[in-house]
Amino acid sequence: MAETVQFDLVSPERSLASLQAEQVQIPGAAGDMTAMAGHAPTITTLRPGVLRVTGPAGETEYVVTGGFAEITADGISVLAERAIPRAEVTQEHLNEMLKAASDALNKAKEVFKNEPGPVDDAAKLLADMVAMGTHIGLDPNVSNL
Amino acid sequence: MPSLKDLKNRIESVKNTRKITKAMQMVAAAKLRRAQEAAEAGRPYAERFNAVLSGLAASVGGSDSAPKLLSGTGNDQVHLLVVMTAERGLCGGFNSSIVKTARAKAQQLLAQGKTVKILTVGKKGREQLKRDLGHLSVGHVDLSEVKTIGYVNAQNIARDLLNRFDAGEFDVATIFFNRFESVISQIPTVQQIIPAKFEQGEADAAATLYDYEPDEEAILADLLPRGVATQIFSALLENAASEQGARMSAMDNATRNAGDMIDQLTIEFNRSRQAVITNELIEIISGAEAL
Repeated sequence: MAETVQFDLVSPERSLASLQAEQVQIPGAAGDMTAMAGHAPTITTLRPGVLRVTGPAGETEYVVTGGFAEITADGISVLAERAIPRAEVTQEHLNEMLKAASDALNKAKEVFKNEPGPVDDAAKLLADMVAMGTHIGLDPNVSNL
Repeated sequence: MPSLKDLKNRIESVKNTRKITKAMQMVAAAKLRRAQEAAEAGRPYAERFNAVLSGLAASVGGSDSAPKLLSGTGNDQVHLLVVMTAERGLCGGFNSSIVKTARAKAQQLLAQGKTVKILTVGKKGREQLKRDLGHLSVGHVDLSEVKTIGYVNAQNIARDLLNRFDAGEFDVATIFFNRFESVISQIPTVQQIIPAKFEQGEADAAATLYDYEPDEEAILADLLPRGVATQIFSALLENAASEQGARMSAMDNATRNAGDMIDQLTIEFNRSRQAVITNELIEIISGAEAL
């Protein structure tokens, strides 16, 4: 059996998971990374995506948006602004998140006309959400946005 | 001397009041338990977040390129006071103690020649501050429709604050809320959230060497706005728990006072009933003697 590491997933409102995990696949802002026991201490921000936890009881997946992951010698903690078990994600959740992201993009376009930075960030966030939606098999519905 | 009927009515009405306060106390107790659970559930997130943030802040803070949310705008002329109170009354000194703290701070700042702006969260605070500091108010957040406080509420407030900050409307933001200590003790707390301030102890504890991805400054720029929301959220939760705690003990007191009052009134009632009987007897006897 593989070595395990303490894994915590917390959102502002409650703690979603706390278990011994063999490996955790984290959707980092700079790309996915898989953390296992003995990983170098790392802090990374999250992009919207699927967090996959492999524990003794099998694999669990969560859809997470916003926040960061902290990997230390003692364990892995993911602090996500929103985290929903993948099985519970519905089309409404996705639509709501997409709408928030596209609103943010439109606002960024208005506010920062001459600065590409924030606009690109918001566009990337929306694109990440759409990609996540497709990934988990829901209709990203881009045409209505 | 009130008549027997008056006394009876009064006892009846105090009894009704006692029923209401008793019911309110029980409702508050149930809500308190839920609010406390929510506050406890939110604590791990806030603690972790602050630990990481203060670690980052300690390593980036010194440089010139530190984000404005951390280093400030360079002056502290305009202060924004975010006063968080309840939407309802009947909770003892809960609202007044926050308002009193905020008012003292506002007057102190005004005396120093600073500009003060006030943002109120919760109806009661706005009502109490309207009279003397109403002209300083720049906005109000209405949470009366909100049954249980969610992170979304905190995010909305934080977004509003950050927009104002970006627009240069203020230099320093401070929040006022009650920290929940126990049912009988809620501590009015003043906390500066913009620019972010961290306690040194936390920073030392988080001094592990990390790899950062992307780099530290990018992470900090991403996390600081979220940190504002997190702090507001935990303040809202603490406040909600405090409110229910304060209401519970206030209603407990009220119930007990009503009980005391009923006892006194009952004694008075019995005494005057006895007086009436004695009076009648005397009249009958003296009437019989006169014959």
